[in-house]
Amino acid sequence: MKKPRTMKLSLPLEEYMNPGHLACQGCGATLAMRYVLKALGQRTVLCIPACCWSVIDGPFPYSSLDVPVFHCAFETAAASASGVKAGLEMAGDKETTVVAWAGDGGTFDIGLQALSGAAERNDNIIYVCYDNEAYMNTGIQRSSATPYGAWTTTTPVKHFKDQPKKDIVAIMAAHRIPYIATASVAYPEDLFKKMKKAKDIKGTRFFHIFAPCPSGWKSRPEDTIKLARLAVQTCYFPLYEIEWGEKYILNIKPREKKPIVDYLRLQGRFNHLTEKEINLIQEEIDRNWHRLLRLCLQPEEKPTA
Amino acid sequence: MKKVIMGNHALSYGAMLARVQVISAYPITPQTQVVELLSEMCASKVLDAQFIKVESEHSAMAALIGASLAGARTFTATSAQGLALMHELLHWASGARLPIVMGNINRAMAPGWSIWSDQNDSLSQRDTGWMQFYCANNQEVLDSVIQAFKVAERFYIPAMIILDAFSLSHTYEVVDIPDQALVDTYLPPFQPAFRLTPDDPHAFGGLTSPDHYFELRYKLQKAMEKVPEAVEETGREYEKLFGRYLGTVDGYCLDDADIILVTSGTAGSTARVAVDNLRKKGKAIGNLRIRLFRPFPFKIVRQLLRRAKKVAVVDRNISYGHHGIFYQEIKSALYGFSSIPVFGFIAGLGGRDITPETFEEIVDYTLSHETVDSEIIWIGVKK
Ligand SMILES: Cc1ncc(C[n+]2csc(CCOP(=O)(O)OP(=O)(O)O)c2C)c(N)n1
Ligand code: SF4
Ligand SMILES: [Mg+2]
Repeated sequence: MKKPRTMKLSLPLEEYMNPGHLACQGCGATLAMRYVLKALGQRTVLCIPACCWSVIDGPFPYSSLDVPVFHCAFETAAASASGVKAGLEMAGDKETTVVAWAGDGGTFDIGLQALSGAAERNDNIIYVCYDNEAYMNTGIQRSSATPYGAWTTTTPVKHFKDQPKKDIVAIMAAHRIPYIATASVAYPEDLFKKMKKAKDIKGTRFFHIFAPCPSGWKSRPEDTIKLARLAVQTCYFPLYEIEWGEKYILNIKPREKKPIVDYLRLQGRFNHLTEKEINLIQEEIDRNWHRLLRLCLQPEEKPTA
Repeated sequence: MKKVIMGNHALSYGAMLARVQVISAYPITPQTQVVELLSEMCASKVLDAQFIKVESEHSAMAALIGASLAGARTFTATSAQGLALMHELLHWASGARLPIVMGNINRAMAPGWSIWSDQNDSLSQRDTGWMQFYCANNQEVLDSVIQAFKVAERFYIPAMIILDAFSLSHTYEVVDIPDQALVDTYLPPFQPAFRLTPDDPHAFGGLTSPDHYFELRYKLQKAMEKVPEAVEETGREYEKLFGRYLGTVDGYCLDDADIILVTSGTAGSTARVAVDNLRKKGKAIGNLRIRLFRPFPFKIVRQLLRRAKKVAVVDRNISYGHHGIFYQEIKSALYGFSSIPVFGFIAGLGGRDITPETFEEIVDYTLSHETVDSEIIWIGVKK
C-alpha cells in the first residue's frame, strides 16, 4: 500500500488577522498583512496612515487585527512609528516590533519626507509599503508608483500615465539602511522568510510588497495571485534584498523570462495600450532587469574597469 | 535654586522637571534654545528621555502623537511657521486625547519674513482643541510647563505654553528652579488609562461613523469645560508647594478700577507700569491679564470685568475681516451679563514695540469715549 503523503506546512498556523475585514474580493493588500503578521507575531504595533488598509481594518470600535493599531495621518507613517517605538521603550517595552504600514501613495508621495527622515536617523522600525500602484482609497488616482501606460481616474485613457514608476527601492538604498526587501503576495514563503529575518535586525528596515488590486486594476479577483506571480516571472517586480544599501541579493531568478504582455492583458487598466507602447514597457523592464542583475553580482564577479 | 535664565530655557527646565520621556522637535527662531538645551540634557543624561531629531515640525508632532499613545510623557516647542505646519496634527493630538505639552514662541507669520512677536500664530490654532496658556515672565513659563502636564494628563487634553518672541523668549530673568523631589510629588508619572500596547490590543483612531464621532467631540468639550476650575485648583496646590499661585487670569489693581486694560503675554507687565504711572496721576486703572485663553475662563472674566465702567482690550493679533481676537472673546464673555462699553485696540503686530506710552494712549482714548464707535482702534499705525 502506498504511504499517504502529507502536506508540509511552510507558514505558521497562527493567524493575527480575522475574517470580517472590509477589503474587496481578491485584495492583495490583505494577504500581505496576513503573511507579515505571521512572521512578526502578536508583539507588534502597526501604524497605518490613510490608505485602503485604514478602511480594511474595520470601523471604530472594531478591528480585524489581533495586534494594536494606530490609525495615523496620511503623511506620518514613518514619524508615527518612530514616536511609538520611542514611547514604548520609555514606557518600559523594548521588545515590541513597530511597523509603519502604508500604501504606495503614503510612501512614494506624501509620506516620503517623513520616511526619508526616519531612514536617515536609522530609527528602529519596519516600514512596509504595500504597493497597489495608485491611490485606491480615494478612487484610483495616479501615484508616483503608477506604472507607465496605466489608466487611473486622473490619467484617463486619452492621456494615460506617461512617466515611469518611481524607483522607491533605489531611493531607500541610497539611505544605506540595514535592510531592504521586495516581496510579493504570490510568494508567501519568501515574504515570510525575509520578514522573519528583518525582525531580528536593528534599525530601519524597508519592505516593498507588490499587492494587486482587482478594483483598481480592473482585473478578476481570482487573478490576484496569478498577476503577482506574473509580475515576478516577467521581471517587472523582481524579488530581492539589499543589505546596507550595497549588498544586493536576488531571491528568485525566473528560469524563463515571460513577456510583459501576458501580464498586461489580464488588466483592464492597460486595455488601451498598443503594441508600440507595450514594446516600450518591455524595453524598460529589460533595462531595469539587467541593471538589477549587475547590482546583484558579488564584488568578485563584477567586471573591473 | 535660583538661576538667571532666558525664557526659552525656562521651558527646557520645566520639561526637565516634568521628567518628559520623549521629545521631538525641529529648529525655528526664536524657539531654538529650548531644544538645544533639552538635547544637552538628554545627551548628558540629566534627563532620561529620547530625543527624536525629526526632519520637520509636522513629523515632530506626528512622533509625539505616537509616543504619547504608547504611554510616554511628551514635549516639543516651536513657533509660527512650524506651528502652522503642525496644524493637521494639532487636531489629531486633541482628537486622540493625548496630553502632549508644547511651548510656542509667538512669532509673526510670513510673509514678509518676521521673527518678531505677535500672536497670530497661536491664535490661528485656537479651535484645535488645545489648552493655551499665555505667560508674562520666565518663572511663569517654567511653572506653567509643570502645571500644564498635570492638567493635561487629568483630562487628556494637550496644552500649549505661549511666550512672546524675544521680550520673553530671549530675556534673562531670575527664576526659581524648584526641587525635583517636590515636583515629583506634584506631578506623578504619566499613567494613561489606555495605551497602544500588544498586551491589550486596540485600534485607535479608525474610521468613525456619524454614530460615534459626535459623542467623542462632545466629550472633549465637556472635559475642556472642567479645565478652568482645575487650573485654579492645581494652581493653589502649586502655591502650597512652591509659593506661587497659577490661575486662569491675573488681576492688578482691579478692585476700584474704572477702566480695566485686558492684556495677554508680556504686554501685561508693560500695562502694569502704565497702571502705576496713571494711578499716580489719579486715574483709577487696572489690568486683567488673561493667562488661560483656551478654554476661556468666562466665569472669572465676567466677575472681574463687570465692576468696571469701561474695558479696553489690547490685541497683538487680528482676525482679518473681524476684530482683535481677545476682543471677540471678552465681548462674548460679557454679552448678556453686562452692557459696559468694551473698546478693542490692536497694537504691536510683527514685533512693533508696546510701551507704557502705548497703554497711556489707549487709556486716553478710552477715557474720552463713552460709546464704541469703531470696533478696531489701531495704535501706532504709521500714516
Ligand atoms: C493630508 C491628506 N491628503 C489627502 C488625503 C486623502 N487620502 C486618503 S487615502 C489617500 C490615498 C491613499 O493611497 P495609497 O497610499 O496608495 O493607499 P491605497 O488607498 O492605495 O491603499 C488619499 C489621497 C488624506 N487623508 N490626508
Ligand atoms: S481597492 Fe484594491 S487595495 Fe483597496 S481594498 Fe479593494 S482590492 Fe484591496
Ligand atoms: Mg495605493
